[in-house]
Amino acid sequence: MTTVAALPGVLSLGLARGGTELREFFRQKENVVFTFSLPAVIMLLLGSVYVTEPIHGQMFAASMIGAGIISTSFVGLGISVAADREDGTLKRLRTTPMPLASYFIGKAIMVLVASLAEVALLLGVAILRFDVEVPTDPAKWLTFTWVFLLGVVSCSLLGMVVSSIARSTRSAPAVLNLPYIILQFISGVFITISALPGSLQTAGAIFPLRWVCQGFRSVFAFSDEYALQEVAGSWELGKAALILGVWSVVGLVLVTRTFRWHNERR
Amino acid sequence: MKAYENHQAVDGVDLDVARGEVFAVLGPNGAGKTTTVEILEGHRVRDGGEVHVLGQDPGKAPRTWRSRIGVVLQTANDAAELTVAESVRHYAKYYADPRDPDEVVDLVGLTDKAKARVRTLSGGQRRRLDVALGIIGRPELVFLDEPTTGFDPEARRQFWALIRELADEGTTILLTTHYLDEAEALADRVAVLAKGKIVAEGTPQTLGGRAHADARIRWADPNGPRELFTSEPTKVVAELARHGELAGLTVTRPSLEDVYLELIA
Ligand SMILES: Nc1ncnc2c1ncn2[C@@H]1O[C@H](COP(=O)(O)OP(=O)(O)OP(=O)(O)O)[C@@H](O)[C@H]1O
Ligand SMILES: [Mg+2]
Repeated sequence: MTTVAALPGVLSLGLARGGTELREFFRQKENVVFTFSLPAVIMLLLGSVYVTEPIHGQMFAASMIGAGIISTSFVGLGISVAADREDGTLKRLRTTPMPLASYFIGKAIMVLVASLAEVALLLGVAILRFDVEVPTDPAKWLTFTWVFLLGVVSCSLLGMVVSSIARSTRSAPAVLNLPYIILQFISGVFITISALPGSLQTAGAIFPLRWVCQGFRSVFAFSDEYALQEVAGSWELGKAALILGVWSVVGLVLVTRTFRWHNERR
Repeated sequence: MKAYENHQAVDGVDLDVARGEVFAVLGPNGAGKTTTVEILEGHRVRDGGEVHVLGQDPGKAPRTWRSRIGVVLQTANDAAELTVAESVRHYAKYYADPRDPDEVVDLVGLTDKAKARVRTLSGGQRRRLDVALGIIGRPELVFLDEPTTGFDPEARRQFWALIRELADEGTTILLTTHYLDEAEALADRVAVLAKGKIVAEGTPQTLGGRAHADARIRWADPNGPRELFTSEPTKVVAELARHGELAGLTVTRPSLEDVYLELIA
């Protein structure tokens, strides 16, 4: 058989899937309007209460950007994989010689583009409405980049794991949004961490969102003196990298264990 | 063999389909057709028994094996936001030597709808797209699970022509259907599945002893319609005709449908 050598490569198929994923994503108007704009709406509402001084705007915007990329990765990807399982996309893909890795590459492309767009939207709102200043130091942007990537990767993987628990697309948004809202509550997005009881602080410190937000605050703070306002009195970037890295590995292992092509038991 | 919870869905189905053959599986709702076909496609895990498809066990078959089969599933609602042309073109990319996407769209009669979003297609049009995606990779073996459900009569004839064309190219075809005329028109051999078991297998012409069954002769005489069954219809008609012209004379063998209904009863 000559077909062995001639089948297209994993990466080129992954890119083809990414293109198709993005096309489908941006054509789903409700999805784009609601899932996408929700963090911006929350930012506008809460910000009008919280932001009384410029530094509040900087810190709040940083936390909301963290929450925004968790929404596009954890919630967004989780729902989209559940939908692929429900509407037969995965089942059909399984009838083709497409390798599963290409499917994941396609999803990764979709999540990265969606998350970048979310960051752009939130930054835009923050600048226009709360006069947030964007850092100019390249070192800050380097921090931003790795926090962004580790945050998106770990939460994408966890979103896929949780979506495997959801029985159907109808239940997926509920199953994914509940932990997402709780995490925003205990990770310093809605309420500063120091205002939380100790047990909730500890709980929040286990999960990625807290560290993504803290990392972004280090990027958007006017100076490193503001680290003193964090519970530990420092940005703890090393710890953030470690925890996000561990979650990425745990997520990857769990995804390979829990991934299902079908909804029904077979 | 396959059981769901407490239900034995497929029990000892023994099938051999030769290369280049068109094989139809008939059977009432819930007979186990989809279960059987999906086991052959590698979609469902069998509980027992041996399966070889293109020389491989579908449960463990590699990517190259998938590139040699084409599948039309019984239901699908995917790719809603893509256009017909986009989805056919996209699926073509998965294969080493795909058919030309535009040609395939034309083959299934969707050229007018090539730029329409899949979500806007009618049931029958959606089904035609499924067929297009099933054959885009130039498969050696095609599984079609009730491919013509929802087709209008003309589309069904077009589909038959397409299947014959594929068969002429040497493609092996395994299809399930509820339309007996379809099985009769297309299949070299048919099997009837009922309650998870094969109750008959053969060519459409001989299924269930159809070729040897008694012929039914009907005609009308002054007392009203008459009917009789005989294994020697020629002789009987010659006998009857001695008295002159017979009004409304018909001689019929049991149709595939008659045989089928008998088999699944
Ligand atoms: N995932 C499943 N879980 C439990 N039972 C199932 C499952 N899939 C099928 N069954 C049962 O197995 C039996 C055979 O189903 P199958 O889908 O194979 O029938 P079919 O011949 O394809 O019917 P139809 O003509 O309606 O498509 C049915 O009684 C069905 O209820
Ligand atoms: Mg079926």
